[in-house]
Amino acid sequence: MQDLLADLLKQATRRGATAADAFVVQDQSFSAQVRLGQVDTVKHAREQHMALRVFVGKSVAAASTSDLSAEAMTRLVDEAVSLARVTSPDELAGLPEATELARQVPDLDLRDPRGHDLPPEEKIELARRCEAAALGADARITNSEGGDFGDRRARYAYATSHGFSGAYETSSFSLAVAPVAAENGEMQRDSWYHVTRKRERLDGPEEIGRIAARRAVRRLGARRVKTAEVPVIFDAETAATLVRHIAGAASGPALYRRASFLVGKLGERIAAPSITIVDDGTIPGGLGSRPFDGEGLPVRRTVLVDQGVLRSYVLDTYTGRKLGLPSTHHAARDGSGVSVSTTNLHLAAGDRAPADLIRSVKSGLYVTELIGFGVNGVTGDYSRGAVGLWIENGELAYPVEEITVAGNLLDMLHAVEGVGNDLVFRDRTAAPTLLIGRMTVAGS
Amino acid sequence: MLARPERFFADRFGLNARAMERLLGTTLAGRVDHADLYLEYRVSEELVLEEGAVKKASRHVSQGAGIRAQSGERTGYAHTDDLALPNLEEAARQARAIADRASTSAVVAVGADGPPHDLYSLPEPPIAADLGRKLQLLGQMDAAARGLDPRVRQVIATLGSEDVVVMIATPSGWTVGDVRPLTRLNITVIVEDGARREIGSYGGGGRVGFPFYLEQDRWKHYTTEAVRQALMKLDAVEAPAGEMTVVLGPGWPGILLHEAVGHGLEGDFNRKKTSAFSGRLGQPVASELVTVVDDGTIQNRRGSLNVDDEGVPTRRNVLIEKGILRGYMQDRLNSRLMGMEVTGNGRRESYAHPPMPRMTNTFMLAGQDEPADIIRSVPRGLYAVNFGGGQVDITSGRFVFSASEAYLIEDGRVTRPVKGATLIGNGPEALTRVSRVGHDLKLDEGVGTCGKDGQSVPVGVGLPTIRIDRMTVGGTQV
Repeated sequence: MQDLLADLLKQATRRGATAADAFVVQDQSFSAQVRLGQVDTVKHAREQHMALRVFVGKSVAAASTSDLSAEAMTRLVDEAVSLARVTSPDELAGLPEATELARQVPDLDLRDPRGHDLPPEEKIELARRCEAAALGADARITNSEGGDFGDRRARYAYATSHGFSGAYETSSFSLAVAPVAAENGEMQRDSWYHVTRKRERLDGPEEIGRIAARRAVRRLGARRVKTAEVPVIFDAETAATLVRHIAGAASGPALYRRASFLVGKLGERIAAPSITIVDDGTIPGGLGSRPFDGEGLPVRRTVLVDQGVLRSYVLDTYTGRKLGLPSTHHAARDGSGVSVSTTNLHLAAGDRAPADLIRSVKSGLYVTELIGFGVNGVTGDYSRGAVGLWIENGELAYPVEEITVAGNLLDMLHAVEGVGNDLVFRDRTAAPTLLIGRMTVAGS
Repeated sequence: MLARPERFFADRFGLNARAMERLLGTTLAGRVDHADLYLEYRVSEELVLEEGAVKKASRHVSQGAGIRAQSGERTGYAHTDDLALPNLEEAARQARAIADRASTSAVVAVGADGPPHDLYSLPEPPIAADLGRKLQLLGQMDAAARGLDPRVRQVIATLGSEDVVVMIATPSGWTVGDVRPLTRLNITVIVEDGARREIGSYGGGGRVGFPFYLEQDRWKHYTTEAVRQALMKLDAVEAPAGEMTVVLGPGWPGILLHEAVGHGLEGDFNRKKTSAFSGRLGQPVASELVTVVDDGTIQNRRGSLNVDDEGVPTRRNVLIEKGILRGYMQDRLNSRLMGMEVTGNGRRESYAHPPMPRMTNTFMLAGQDEPADIIRSVPRGLYAVNFGGGQVDITSGRFVFSASEAYLIEDGRVTRPVKGATLIGNGPEALTRVSRVGHDLKLDEGVGTCGKDGQSVPVGVGLPTIRIDRMTVGGTQV
């Protein structure tokens, strides 16, 4: 693959590109869904694509193709170079300085060499066991959207015209189930899942199934609550979505377009002192780990928010230059060019047990699921649909639904009154349970 | 790009009708209930203007095949982006492996009855339009937006165009192709006034040529709307929280239907009995003022298709008629298992995904009321005219959609603008509270994208002005 890239970059230079970079990704995936004990859908796939970005002077353009034939590569170069001749020059466009490039590609243990060897029947069996555990956990689990197993292995290579060439391989495995609980004509669905880079580290199918069933059953008998301002606890899963919103507002493209509530806030207090947010791309075996970023810069650990103070944005080379800052090595690639993305993003664990946080609330909401897109990244205004449990006198009293939680993300960050000690990476972004002093819950 | 998909795949990849029949016939036929081969070639282009210049331009080509074998409720699906015949044969073998223990061998025949639709023949597909003209238009939008108000600080204008050639073949030899142009023009502006900063966004498009944006000065309309919305939000007050009467404006607020009833009426959830609408055909699910249709046959619309992604001609399907639930949206698998008709709603994002029942253009038919009278009828409530996205929990029926432009109604008059807020309701109940339906049905401008199970497809929505007597508004003002 790296030879292919070297050839592509050479062609681009020959055709008039003054600089260029390119990546190629090849992946193979399998997924199986079992529903009510029967195989529902099995998918096999093999995919590849190649993307090229060229600079002609200070103008830039990109092209991508899923066809890696010699003929298609020539077409790719032609298209990118001719597009770059019509786009406007941008003084800040360009590759990072060669001196900043990663000098070595660390082995972050992102691959499971034997994990994919499991025969399809046994992969299907994992999905079946996961669903069976959910169906068998409680008489009220009467239906299911299915149990799913998936695995994917990918090879990724990236090279630049100024000397970088690196490649790595990744594996991922996932197991999930979405059971439906029913009682007195009411139906509630919930789910549980696990994703890892090593198959052997996947939680057991029975454990995932049981947790999914418990989550679905505890939603039965859901009520609405009266509109009120109350303390709100986000469970670990929903708290992670808040961390994603913060990282989105801290991202270079949003900042230089002034489309973020964190514009001009570097060095300022944006959250309660209990809040520390870290992005660490170097965690061995991490789902978000990568040995170099989308521009060939070495990944590292970045503290975004340190005890409430905004310490770093999330930048690639271009957005860094726009803001007069160095790249934070967060470049990500797609066919259209460069964007930014976090790696293993997390809110650092606090010292409160989740049960303790719940006990501290006299009357309030414990959120277990959020739906909708009601987040304004420019102002931080926040309003989303919520599902969860009502807290009465420090106890989870009954399930609630058809309500919204609303506030402003900056106000919410300042109003954090408790951080749980339950940080676990189940996905690329993770957070512990979070208690926010006051938000508006709208219901009946 | 070209008019004849069958010639396209034959010329470019040597995949003629005979090759496909052999592939499906020898590798798949006889032992499954249904099998099909889906070929796709897609070219797309994206141009992005910001800070007054087009600094980002990209072009993408993707091609591939998806092969599916079904028996009973089982689906085997394999896809590859290498269209060489041996690769397709391997994919076909993998797809069949899952369906091997089939009990029957019948292939469901789908009558390609009636003349095929011709909904989006264009003199020039949008992707082929002159690049210089496209760049010039984006530049004009930037200048126009900045000229409208000095508080406009940033303008981001995006023009996307694509052309997709598809072909679908089954073991019965039945083959159908389609060439699908699609384009979308969007503008986002950031405005600043002192410390306050806001965003406004607007756009449109469809299965239309580039001149669409110049006709009726549509590009100017998009620009003016984006700026107007952003400036309006600078003055917005906190949105109310709690239950109140909601009046929805015409057009894009039709996203209500998409979330409240649309997804819940897709065949897969109903076959699995996991939808809040399962088993409710023939029952009242809305006020008798409400008739909702899903229509894939509207000329040049973003959600329209000549044939769906299983080769079935699209139709106008009545979902709710005068408040009574009349039908589900189906793909082949679910229609077969439920013993119902196919409805032309089998859609997929690309060759990399198996089809599922999906919406096309979903809207409510016009009623009798004067829109101004509807607003006058509300003593206190919310008037919402523009929305961001929405989402639904199919099983519980709870759905949300987020207003990006809304106003208070006080004593029958539209007064102050309020900040964005999420509206939440229960699908089978929400439409029973529709008490007024305007005569001003409008379809959206052509910007919708629907996500389901990780697959995105272009869709349309539409709505006349309606009054919903009670709905929860998720603001902060208690």
